[in-house]
Amino acid sequence: MARRDSFIEHLLRRAGFGASPAEMEYYAELGYPATVELLLSPEQVTDTVDGKIGVPGYVGVTTRGQFLPHQNITDARQRWLFRMVHTERPLQEKMVLYWHHHFATAYTKIAGVVGAVEATRMLAAKTGEDSGGVKGQLEMIREYALGNFRDFLVEMAKDVAMNVWLDGRTNTRARPQENFAREVMELFTMGIGNYTEADVYAGARVFTGWNMRRVGATGDPATKYEFFYNSAQHDTTAKTFTFPIYADGGTTIPARAAASGMQDGLDFIDAVVRHPATGRRLARRFWAFFVSEVSEPPTSWVEAVAAAYYSTNYSIKAMLRVVFHSHEFLAIEHRFARYSWPVEFVVRAIKETGWTGFSVNDTLTPLVNMGQQLFEPPDVNGWETGPGWFSTGGSLARLNFAAQLATNQRFNLRNDARGQASTPQALLSYALDRWSPMEYDRGPYEELLTYLRAGGNWTGSDAQLLTKVPGLVHLMLGSSEYQFA
Amino acid sequence: MSVTRRQFLQGGVAAFTVSFAAPEVLTSLAHAQGATSRNLVVLYLSGGNDSLSMVAPYSDPQYFARRPTIAIPAANALQVGTDANRTNIGLHPRLTGLKQIFDQGRLAIVQRTGYPNQSRSHFQGTDIWSTADPNNPQGPGWLGKYLDTLPSPVDPLVAWNTVRETPRTLLARHVAVPAIPSVSGYAFASPNSGTEATYARTAATRISSHVPVDRPHLAYVNGTVQGAFATLDRVAQVGRYTPSVTYPNNGLGQALRAVAGAIVQGVGTKVFWVQTGGYDTHSGQGVNATNGAYYNLMATINDSILAFYQDMGNVGALGQTLVLQFSEFGRRISENGSNGTDHGAASAMFLVGGGVRGGIYGTAPNLNAADTQNPTLENAGGDVRMETDFRAVYAAIADKWLGVDSVPLLGGNFRQPGLNIL
Repeated sequence: MARRDSFIEHLLRRAGFGASPAEMEYYAELGYPATVELLLSPEQVTDTVDGKIGVPGYVGVTTRGQFLPHQNITDARQRWLFRMVHTERPLQEKMVLYWHHHFATAYTKIAGVVGAVEATRMLAAKTGEDSGGVKGQLEMIREYALGNFRDFLVEMAKDVAMNVWLDGRTNTRARPQENFAREVMELFTMGIGNYTEADVYAGARVFTGWNMRRVGATGDPATKYEFFYNSAQHDTTAKTFTFPIYADGGTTIPARAAASGMQDGLDFIDAVVRHPATGRRLARRFWAFFVSEVSEPPTSWVEAVAAAYYSTNYSIKAMLRVVFHSHEFLAIEHRFARYSWPVEFVVRAIKETGWTGFSVNDTLTPLVNMGQQLFEPPDVNGWETGPGWFSTGGSLARLNFAAQLATNQRFNLRNDARGQASTPQALLSYALDRWSPMEYDRGPYEELLTYLRAGGNWTGSDAQLLTKVPGLVHLMLGSSEYQFA
Repeated sequence: MSVTRRQFLQGGVAAFTVSFAAPEVLTSLAHAQGATSRNLVVLYLSGGNDSLSMVAPYSDPQYFARRPTIAIPAANALQVGTDANRTNIGLHPRLTGLKQIFDQGRLAIVQRTGYPNQSRSHFQGTDIWSTADPNNPQGPGWLGKYLDTLPSPVDPLVAWNTVRETPRTLLARHVAVPAIPSVSGYAFASPNSGTEATYARTAATRISSHVPVDRPHLAYVNGTVQGAFATLDRVAQVGRYTPSVTYPNNGLGQALRAVAGAIVQGVGTKVFWVQTGGYDTHSGQGVNATNGAYYNLMATINDSILAFYQDMGNVGALGQTLVLQFSEFGRRISENGSNGTDHGAASAMFLVGGGVRGGIYGTAPNLNAADTQNPTLENAGGDVRMETDFRAVYAAIADKWLGVDSVPLLGGNFRQPGLNIL
């Protein structure tokens, strides 16, 4: 089981969640360019992952009565983690996580407004499983994850979960609500420094009337919240900005009749996605997510990725193609230069270690302790990524999850290691091939060997392997070298 | 004794050096560095606190005119007296415990704190309050810089962050602050038991104490693991503390319970960080109704601070304890159409503790926006203008409580005569 292709391993850690041994074989056979294209074209791969939930041979979920991922947030978290482990479309799934951070929307506030079931529907329901045909935010993100950023932002502006989260539902003519307009500019597109407070106030007026309403009679299972442009609540006066709204440089959205006032918001979205700061900001964020968190991107790299964004009228896929073929992405110095997010760490550990008899439910509390609860980013800025994940408590939680997984898989780990463990060195060499930590320096390598030798003579007996193999896997998955991707 | 030093560079922003002492010297270090000395508990209200609902100018007619649904009725405000302008000041009706502390002369209310041209961004605002530098809010925090002044090697428990992410306020160049959100969860697990578990702990400790060459990011993560191993046993000791009062069963209450345990068990921590959220009250602010959103926020801080105050009093530790409350900004004066308030400017800071000279500092805003010359407002009368620079409060804490010169710490002289809060 020697490593077959370190470039594809690297690609799958970044553009996916790592690879099980079987997946690694498959993509290595395809080769790098074809794998990139396949990852960029999820529509070419049949998506069967949800049908495997509860099927033997896959990681488990834990049900409390019925499994209701469209109504119960814990089940929604389990389904999402299941998909990350077993998806046939790794990049699409990776981008869903990425955009969840970019458009960070948290369950608790929404549930506080509309209740737990409605909040889960808004965030996670699939159209086909929901009695009212609700498409939750996560499913919308999945649809646009590699799509057109402008269209994506329009959908996000109309998304009911976002509408509750950033208070668009209460944005009215008499009392404009600034929350959404501010974050569109500060966090979703251009970034701070490219707009003024006056732009925030004008932006709030642009989105007046972008509200939501409940449709269907109470008690009707099809009842649901939906986006609603409430023309009576739209501020019809002109709005002027400090940056161009129109391609001709015009900075004023003209006064419009209420009925056609929704165009204000579309004009504004066109302006912020077209703004020269937006493509570069998105590119810089891709650098940190895909290439390196320990060095800054070269200007040429940022410009190349931004150019792909503008020249394709905002295609995310086109930007990512540039990313994955850039020599910076492939450069050896950028291997393991990203701090794994807790979810990335957990999923990769499961994929590399095995999952028989393991339930993703058992990752939920450890993930909270590591600082990442899905559907619960700390605020609209998302999580504090990079070194921000690593506090003493967060690192201890990773070590302890490694212990939990290794304990759970101990028999399989012992069985797999049989025949590979004639000496401590042989066992360690096998383990370093199967798992993918950053390369150990001599010192830690010797410490791992010292651990294997501790307590008596090496016999390689089943009893010894049942102790030492899980012990080794715990140390390896818990080591700092494994916390990078 | 082994002291390791590493360089850590993140995005070219901050150079970060972590230094740790080996466990065997920690006990003496903890004593030397202040097991019995003063501590500072920073309480951050995240989201931007609407301090006009916490400290209400309940006789200002504009307060009611501009906040028709969320103003606190004069009859409900907990009267604490008048400020220097003879404006009547009242606490939120749910802050009965803080009123009690005020009456004992141990609560200082500093009105209208902030800085000129206050940021309305949560993130930039928080960075500014954290670094005490509105012009360049990057790099270490103001208390991180304080930790950097302590003689090396620094005890790894010298500061204690009760949330998962390290707040910028505690970000230091030479000291890594442990995050200990749960005392009971702060323990080492292993697939094996007995001597095998001991071997594993030894191995994990030694792996993390290895100093990698040319991989500062790896060294950084190793530093956090080392911090965990160096603090496990003393944190377990904190978990064995039995408080003298019952703490509320919410995040803040339980965090303050852990802080109390650390103080009473004498683990040597000088700075604690506690945090509570939900202050970004754009809609449905619920100031007055029982179980309204803001009402519940007030319940949480009131009950938690009161329990902590009483606990510290009962064990004789109040004199060495100071709580400092802040938020990244105040909120718009006029309520919005959602019965909430948008991002604003100046806000109020509270200080609680045995060394606090209680009272009302600074003056309330005059909420009359029709007067375009009104010096207490800004943003065309929309927001509260700052009166006391927040760094004046920091300066008083540095100079009079932490015993460190505030001028180099804050990058300027922000001492304010008359602000005798300590």
